[in-house]
Amino acid sequence: MTESMEVLKAGIASGRLKTDELVLNMGPQHPSTHGVLRLELVLDGEIVVKVIPQMGYLHRCFEKHAENMTYPQVVPYTDRMDYLAGMNNNHGYVLAVERLMGIELPERVEYIRIIMAELQRIASHLVAIGTFGMDIGAFTPFLYCFRDREYILDIFERTCGARLLYNYMWVGGLSHDIYDGFLRDVADFIKKFRPTVVEVNNLLNYNKIFIERTANVGVLPADVAVSYGCSGPMLRGSGVDWDLRRDDPYSIYDRFDWKVITGDGSAGTLGDCWDRHMVRVWEMEESCKIIEQALESFPAEGDIASAIPKRIRPAKGEIYTRVENPRGELGYYLIADGSANPFRLKVRGPSFVNLSVIDEISRGHLIADLVAILGSIDIVLGEVDR
Amino acid sequence: MPKSMNEIFDYLNSLFPEAALQFDEAVPCVIVPAALIKEVALQARDDQELLFDTLMCLSGVDNADETLGAVYHLDSMTHRHKLTLKVIVPATAPHIPSVDRVWRIAEWHEREAFDLIGVIFDGNSDLRRILLPEDWEGHPLRKDYEVPEFYNGMKVPY
Amino acid sequence: MESLLQSLLGDNLLTVVLYCALPLVFLLLYALLAILGEVKISAWMQDRLGPMRTGPWGIIQPIADVFKLLQKEDITPAKADKFLFNLAPFLSFMSAYAAFAVIPFSSQYVGADLNLGLFYLLAISSLNVAAIIMAGWASNNKYSLYGSMRAVAQIVSYEVPAAMVLVIIVMFVGSLNLQDITTAQSGPFWNWMVFGGPKQDVVLASGEVLSASWVNLIFLPFFLASFLMYYIAGLAETNRTPFDIPEAESELVSGYHTEYSGMKFAMFFMSEYANMFLVSAVVAVLFFGGWNSPFGVYLGDAFDAPWLVAVEQFGWLAFKGLFFVFVMIWVRWTLPRLRVDQLMYMSWKVLIPFSFGIALVVGFLVVIL
Repeated sequence: MTESMEVLKAGIASGRLKTDELVLNMGPQHPSTHGVLRLELVLDGEIVVKVIPQMGYLHRCFEKHAENMTYPQVVPYTDRMDYLAGMNNNHGYVLAVERLMGIELPERVEYIRIIMAELQRIASHLVAIGTFGMDIGAFTPFLYCFRDREYILDIFERTCGARLLYNYMWVGGLSHDIYDGFLRDVADFIKKFRPTVVEVNNLLNYNKIFIERTANVGVLPADVAVSYGCSGPMLRGSGVDWDLRRDDPYSIYDRFDWKVITGDGSAGTLGDCWDRHMVRVWEMEESCKIIEQALESFPAEGDIASAIPKRIRPAKGEIYTRVENPRGELGYYLIADGSANPFRLKVRGPSFVNLSVIDEISRGHLIADLVAILGSIDIVLGEVDR
Repeated sequence: MPKSMNEIFDYLNSLFPEAALQFDEAVPCVIVPAALIKEVALQARDDQELLFDTLMCLSGVDNADETLGAVYHLDSMTHRHKLTLKVIVPATAPHIPSVDRVWRIAEWHEREAFDLIGVIFDGNSDLRRILLPEDWEGHPLRKDYEVPEFYNGMKVPY
Repeated sequence: MESLLQSLLGDNLLTVVLYCALPLVFLLLYALLAILGEVKISAWMQDRLGPMRTGPWGIIQPIADVFKLLQKEDITPAKADKFLFNLAPFLSFMSAYAAFAVIPFSSQYVGADLNLGLFYLLAISSLNVAAIIMAGWASNNKYSLYGSMRAVAQIVSYEVPAAMVLVIIVMFVGSLNLQDITTAQSGPFWNWMVFGGPKQDVVLASGEVLSASWVNLIFLPFFLASFLMYYIAGLAETNRTPFDIPEAESELVSGYHTEYSGMKFAMFFMSEYANMFLVSAVVAVLFFGGWNSPFGVYLGDAFDAPWLVAVEQFGWLAFKGLFFVFVMIWVRWTLPRLRVDQLMYMSWKVLIPFSFGIALVVGFLVVIL
């Protein structure tokens, strides 16, 4: 009794009652770790003291596989990394091989690729926005987002037969040409899609509770973001004006007029969860703009298979190619040794890199905030673990 | 001002005259001796002429000639130029100084290179396996790697 | 009602048991309806169909759910405290059900016509806290423990403003008896508390005469605010969104009932739904006239059939209660969840000061008028 009183007095004297820290395993089976991520949380009550991410539950040896496959055979594997953005993954990989081989693409292929990549970006952001809302506890916007994503997946399905894992972009071309009415479908989709943004804004993004939950939470300063190599909405949410589509242009992005969305901290601090979230929301609108412009100048004629090489065997050499994936900078470091298989293919996944910052920005927050932070980073475990 | 890789090499060479930096025209990249990588990295990040603020990618490579390597892809958001640094070390003693204090992301990239290739990054604050289980044996992306038949008594199916 | 049963079955134990079990029958039927309502209303709000396979438009889905829960394996974790683990769900449901004893379902039926009805209600519904902390502790699971700690902090915090609002009504009516409070609001809907209380003299069951007039309209803003505060506190006490922090799915998996399965989970589920109706029924009784018809007249009076009046009264209470349950479901599928500190802020810094302030003002007004 006296001893515990002593402890109590000492605790009060120090201004803070010291309690034991608790280690909580969040995941790999947990509703909000977005897959099979395990976070070892060191907690002081409800306050997060340290986060130790443990990955690898979904490691499928992509890089090892790639070394034992021919170049075209790798394409389907890239779909499976970031399974929410298969088109963008295809795009990055084929771009690396094409640059290594010096292939010039027909206009039509470039245009279709851009439209597909931007549709995929919208689809991926819709999932990110919906699941982020769900992490905060709002279930309904999630289904509104998925409803619109269905339209995109339907378009993809009619084009290449697959809804999630497309294997659509091949080295030098595409697997299928677009179907009759594709352009009309895409234009229709954009018309249908724009009201959804307004709807989700009204229901979720400008909801007082939502703003209270996400503003000033998980603030990522710009210099920390750069040092951690964060990219995509994560980096732009911190106010860094950087988008590879504009700053390291690939394909034909330099032909279109659109603007890079950056966070402005209008709800709280620059670089908080709300900023990252809103960057995604407004980026969908920019993607719509790109698609509209691409539809306007879409080349009516063209052969999508004319540039596909008969034999894909790049000469000895190496290249690092990066594209702007919905989650950020997706880099492929490809070393060719002159054989039919890649000598080494290293993938720099944006989710992997963005996730590394979680310990830095979630210390001192509550568990509920940690969930919000994790949701705003928007990871796909298929890519973190590869 | 953006610089070409050649100019950057000349500039780095003038800063590190005794370092014996080499320039590989074919890639192109700058080959840095292992012992100096941390100094070169710091210089590349902080020098006003270079300002490589981002480590885009750090890859471990097995060169299949008894050497391992680490490849650093650097990017400068300010000057908009890029640089590739390469470090080559013998496979028998694959020690490279860590750059995780230069770019924070290097910590995880180095863990991954350690996990899959087996390059040991001296000074990395948390050099553990990252993708494979902690008790996995061997480094799968080595060219001479053989898949073990059993892992913890379980048959490894392939 | 009691006398009717006595005349039918005689004055024996069976009569008493039947009398006590009547709300249970209602509650079970209501739970089925509420489960169906939850899935269907959420589906319509979310632009989908909801369950469609079990019966026409899936209307027997809740029965299928009950059968599913009955068939499930009843798991007790190896390291759980078995006694407390098994006791908690029953205690939880018991506390929810026991509170129904004082709810006047009609002028003819109230389980226990207590003079201290509201006190009893506050006391017995707080037992739920014990059940929750029992469940959280006995599960021997960190998520459960966190969930139960949050739940207890939340329920205890929100009891205070809820009790304060009850005090406001008690001051006005001058009785803790829920039947009296309902009687005080008889007549057309403008006599309901939410519209400022009765506008004509009312004779209470105890023989007292409650004199009132149109001056009472001055109470309208205060009672409207009290109603909103009580409803918010009620949402928090039943752990419903936006206050579903104890079972926050995305943070704590399922909170204090993470480890429960089968019928024991169903008991917690039942107690949540029972509590939802309890809060709604209390809101209806305190502010919306309870079993009173909004028109002040009953069809049964026209046919001179007192049993029809009783049924109508029950119908009105059920309708009002279910409407507020519907609002709870509506809110749940619309709003995100608050954070722990924001929840506490809401209770201690917003609801409690306001409820005290309103209590003071209403107290003055009651004395003056």
